[in-house]
Amino acid sequence: MMRKIAYSKIQKEPLGIRVEGLSKSFGAASVLRCFDLTLERGKRLVVFGRNGSGKTTLLKLLSTRYRPDNGEIWINGNSTHLEPDAIRRSIGVVLHDPMLYEDMTCKENLRFFGNMFDLDDLSDRISDVLGKVNLVSQKDQKARDLSHGMQKRLSIARALLHDPDVLLLDEPESGLDKQMLDDVGPFLFKSTRGNRTIVMATHNSEIGLKWADEVAFLSKGTIVYRASRVDMDEGRFHDIFLEQLESAP
Amino acid sequence: MREFIRPIFVIAWKDIMLELRTKDIMVSALIFALMVIVIFNFALNITPATVEYLAPGILWLAFAFAGVLAMGRAFIAEGDKGSLDGLLLCPVSRDAIFFGKMISMFIFMVVIESLVLPIFVVLFNFDSISFNLIGIIFLGTLGFATVGTLFSAIAFNLRSREIMLPLLFFPVVTPIIIGVVEASSGVITDTVNIIGIGRWVGLIVVFDAIFLVVCPWAFGVAMEE
Amino acid sequence: MRFLFLLVVFILLSINVFLIFMWAPTEVHMGHVQRIFYIHVPSAWIAFLAFGIVFFGSIQYLRTREQKWDNLASASAELGVVFTTLVLITGPIWAKPVWGIWWTWDVRLTTTLVLWLIYVSYLMVRSYSGNHYQGSRYSAILGIIGVINLPLVYFAVNWWNSQHQRLVLGVGSTESGLHPDMKTTLYFSLLAFSSLFVYLLWFRVSLKRTEDMVRQNVPLDMDN
Repeated sequence: MMRKIAYSKIQKEPLGIRVEGLSKSFGAASVLRCFDLTLERGKRLVVFGRNGSGKTTLLKLLSTRYRPDNGEIWINGNSTHLEPDAIRRSIGVVLHDPMLYEDMTCKENLRFFGNMFDLDDLSDRISDVLGKVNLVSQKDQKARDLSHGMQKRLSIARALLHDPDVLLLDEPESGLDKQMLDDVGPFLFKSTRGNRTIVMATHNSEIGLKWADEVAFLSKGTIVYRASRVDMDEGRFHDIFLEQLESAP
Repeated sequence: MREFIRPIFVIAWKDIMLELRTKDIMVSALIFALMVIVIFNFALNITPATVEYLAPGILWLAFAFAGVLAMGRAFIAEGDKGSLDGLLLCPVSRDAIFFGKMISMFIFMVVIESLVLPIFVVLFNFDSISFNLIGIIFLGTLGFATVGTLFSAIAFNLRSREIMLPLLFFPVVTPIIIGVVEASSGVITDTVNIIGIGRWVGLIVVFDAIFLVVCPWAFGVAMEE
Repeated sequence: MRFLFLLVVFILLSINVFLIFMWAPTEVHMGHVQRIFYIHVPSAWIAFLAFGIVFFGSIQYLRTREQKWDNLASASAELGVVFTTLVLITGPIWAKPVWGIWWTWDVRLTTTLVLWLIYVSYLMVRSYSGNHYQGSRYSAILGIIGVINLPLVYFAVNWWNSQHQRLVLGVGSTESGLHPDMKTTLYFSLLAFSSLFVYLLWFRVSLKRTEDMVRQNVPLDMDN
């Protein structure tokens, strides 16, 4: 009952992502403890943090892949607990692994996932996203034969296929060169309905600052610094960046 | 209803298409099943006089071993590039994913069995194939595929999964192995009355029914990290 | 507290040994070898109790995801395997001199053997899983399936036996018509074994809790 009431209250707010009291541990190892986060609809949050700081765990929790021990997550007013399928439909996810079938071609991979999402106009959508990530000429190649970067691009295409309102990106820049990122970036930011809400985890300050509306540093499962890109003190940011990411653990 | 059924067939069709392309599962499992039969021939000295008596055991061991080999591969295609994560991020129920994988597993096993059975008939002049026997094979394979899909999903995430899958699988399917061997033997030798056979078929059906409920649930739990 | 408990267990077991070997009368037909019965039967009883606790702990763990339930289930599974092994060893030792065979595919023995295999794989799943957390979940599934499967295994083996007219030896059928002193010894042995089991379970669960605390202080990289 409590959940239902809280849920209907949240729905009226213009929040893209809202996380309350989130805890996740793996056996005895606690990764996130009483974690709170809010992100306005249409904003892009870039989360910096060292390996093991909980970035991937956070993204997997937001994407319904992990089940929280405690706490609630709402994405566009849907609770991961109550409406996981509605959330899965509204998010696009890019993780470390490209999540592809190696023995299927680019087109077949996209067609399979498109069918799983029960999308209409699938052929148009597929040629559209393949164009966005510049894989049109590789469309009939098996995923196995693609380079690491191309697999990453195909993975991004898969995440964009159902035109989600929310994107969850885990180091999307790995394997992609600067030119490619600049080309793909704009397609990530906007859906057909407006600006996408994006949570992105990265080590890379250059691409992170370029894409961010807001930045946050995650350390040992808590946010140690958060600022909007506009009011952010660059000097302070770089100090924290050095402290959090570049000093030896 | 359509929302539930549709992804099942999308997944099963994807598996079948991948299998037709790579033939990873079928060829190795089929050859393995034939090898089991050949080895049993030498180990047990199968003659026309004894074939009716030995056939159920040999056939089901061949099916079970080939099945375990095939199951071991069922989730490997899902794992190479993290595609299992991709599958789990689709807006479909976990049960649908389980049944999709289970149906493709069931079809692979039925195809292997329908190739092994005629070869067995030819090799041993075995002429006791009947619709009843095929029905029993069908029911037994359903139970195998159900339990096998769950354990191959679990074993997939374990170290030394090749050895863990049979260790998990065989003790749990003990009742069904006893059931199918006894029922097949009753049908083939035609010595046990219909009630005797019906009891075994009943056991297999109960096993299938229980695990068709338990395994999708357990799959959901296993995949929910 | 623990020392006191251990002392009680020790005393009970010592009395038990005395009762079994000195006090209980020698069985007329089987002779001294029948005394293994006082170890065989309580072990079997404890084994089934242990697997019942595994079942309960597994359900509770999957419901709540609290580590304590997993600790209880896995500690109980370890002990269950140990006591089942004891059953499987004492059974043949008892059977050979009495019936002239080490083993018969009797329904109780066979079901116990299958159960042993299931719970050995339960323990293996834990040690072969990628991380501790995953192993807990997978083994809890197995702990539940093992118990659900038990009646199916029992019926299958039972019918299989009757179909093949195998020698059915009532391994426990001597219970009826026991000398009163034998009954007393058996019940005392059950008590002594139960106290040993409870002590070991308690000890193992607290050890696991310590392991968890140690693990908690070691940063685990769950990201990759």
